[in-house]
Amino acid sequence: MTISIRFLLACVALMTSGLLITLSGCSNSEASSSTAGSITPRQFADGVHAVMMADRTVYATHVVTNLKKQDAPVTADEYWQDTENAIPLPAQMFRMGAELVDENPEAGFTYALRSKWPLNEQHKAKTDFEKEALDFISDNPGDNFYGEEELGGKKFFVAVYPDRAVAEACWSCHNDHPSRGEDYPDFAKDDVMGGVLVRVPM
Amino acid sequence: MWFACLGINLLIGVFYSVALIAPASSVKSAWLPGKTTHGHYQIELDCNACHDPSKSEDSMNASDVMQDACIRCHGDQLKDVDTHPAKKFNDPTNAELLATLDAQNCLSCHAEHVPHQTLSMGLTMPADYCWHCHKEISDSRPSHRGMAFDSCATAGCHNYHDNSALYEKFLDDHFGQPDHLSLATVPERDTTSGLSGSEISNTLWPMPASKINDADHPKSMQVDTTLLRDWAETSHAAAGVQCSHCHLPDSNGQESVTWSDHVPMETCGQCHERQVDTFIEGKHGMRLAVGLSPMTPARARLPMNHDAAHRELNCNACHNDHRFDTQFAATDACLQCHADDHSLAHVNSPHGELWRDEVLQKRVSGTGVSCATCHMPRLTDDGGVWVNHDQSANLRPNEKMAREVCLNCHGLEYALSALADEDLVRNGFDAEPSKRIESVQMARKWFLDRSTKRRKKP
Repeated sequence: MTISIRFLLACVALMTSGLLITLSGCSNSEASSSTAGSITPRQFADGVHAVMMADRTVYATHVVTNLKKQDAPVTADEYWQDTENAIPLPAQMFRMGAELVDENPEAGFTYALRSKWPLNEQHKAKTDFEKEALDFISDNPGDNFYGEEELGGKKFFVAVYPDRAVAEACWSCHNDHPSRGEDYPDFAKDDVMGGVLVRVPM
Repeated sequence: MWFACLGINLLIGVFYSVALIAPASSVKSAWLPGKTTHGHYQIELDCNACHDPSKSEDSMNASDVMQDACIRCHGDQLKDVDTHPAKKFNDPTNAELLATLDAQNCLSCHAEHVPHQTLSMGLTMPADYCWHCHKEISDSRPSHRGMAFDSCATAGCHNYHDNSALYEKFLDDHFGQPDHLSLATVPERDTTSGLSGSEISNTLWPMPASKINDADHPKSMQVDTTLLRDWAETSHAAAGVQCSHCHLPDSNGQESVTWSDHVPMETCGQCHERQVDTFIEGKHGMRLAVGLSPMTPARARLPMNHDAAHRELNCNACHNDHRFDTQFAATDACLQCHADDHSLAHVNSPHGELWRDEVLQKRVSGTGVSCATCHMPRLTDDGGVWVNHDQSANLRPNEKMAREVCLNCHGLEYALSALADEDLVRNGFDAEPSKRIESVQMARKWFLDRSTKRRKKP
């Protein structure tokens, strides 16, 4: 199975700009209209993951951490919607982006955060495949996990990438969080805290 | 004999055929498969309101057409507040859960024409539905251990679609509030900021105030002086709204248009667009929204005054004459029709007494509690304070009212407890809640426990 490079480029352009709903407009751009051939699901997943991790790293490193360093009155808060001077946590921002992609019928893939040590129950592994993937990326730092999974009678290509502690704000918040279980590890820079899962229908 | 049988069968066939293709009317009742819910019976004779495939995409099946109809009317109401939107279950890992309970289809929980299995809020699913997906809740919330499977969605705890007054942070933020706040008042209504519509965007607005002698009705017309005075002394004249603006709505200076004593709702909507839009979303106006005749008390399922049976519900039903008295519209207009226990108890209730004092100017504006105070709340948004005319909006279910209305005067725990007390609702909140809802206390304890678990910074 192959997926058009044109589509990948469209997604990359979209996610970088944060304007996911303008998919059709971007796909008409000069760059995305190139005839560079086709790519595999794995290349597609690697590409969109690269973009989402870049955005995630920038948000955690340059937005949230910077706010903390400056003692700014604005804080990242789980309850940001009903809290004054609050912005979403990095994990919430990531999930909201995933929801927007999910709403876009042209996106053609979904993505999600998963962890063996989730602070939010919604981020724990949902299937045996996901559990196996999280164990693998945890036991093999630096490696990604790829495979195929059948859910609800449909087949998916699934790629799971390590989600690392890229900014001080990540591990300090998780290590001190009241929702962490007693068996949770103390995270430090570059530790694998969970996985980013990209699921492409086949 | 055979001819008689044939004739009768033919007549029956003709009757049902005519009923099938007839426009919305009482003849359609022949095709009703069962009693509709309290939320839809007003429009049940317009089958197309829910079953018209031409309003949906060609590829949609009958179930999708109905789902589409749900979203057309309720989509915006749930936007941004729905805690269980369909998209939440798009993740393919939910396939197994969806096979048990298809939470992406409104009809899974809200089927129509099945009165024998319909519960409160039009729910047609057994009331323990939460359990199917949240059976392990006591692991993360030990306080929930031992609670009954069907107790999740009772007032004061959870609301499947809108938890904005019930989620843990909101509960905790309002912990410890007194039952009766020392400063108890609703937002002051701002008529100007409440306006919107095609005429308001007209560059001629605002216009100079009109005086009684400026009235531009046809000079040949005999006009009641009381009516003229009512107009001249109130907001319309003050805003330069002339007779012709309402009675010759499409005139545009052309003399050929006929004067009409009847002012249609669409004309009101040219300046009061949000009020009209929300009016037709609620039970008062929903028949108008699908092109049916106006709702009347005779069609209501709630007890109504018999002598009001044939009053038609449009803008003029509550804002009558030319004075458009909002104090009258806020309670007296309601009691012209409504005769259920809750409505009748209002007059002598503590809320009703406060309202009477405000009307008599013994109390300052905003301290009284009329029917409209709770059921047509004053909402604040970027445009200012305006009145939501969908009187059903904060009753789906009633704890939505806590955040929009009750918290202006009461603590959250008190408000949720009162709204959960069916006897208290029936008697117009004439006493203290018989039982306290524990969710506010539980949320506080949960946050306190969390704070002790948070590691101290070195």
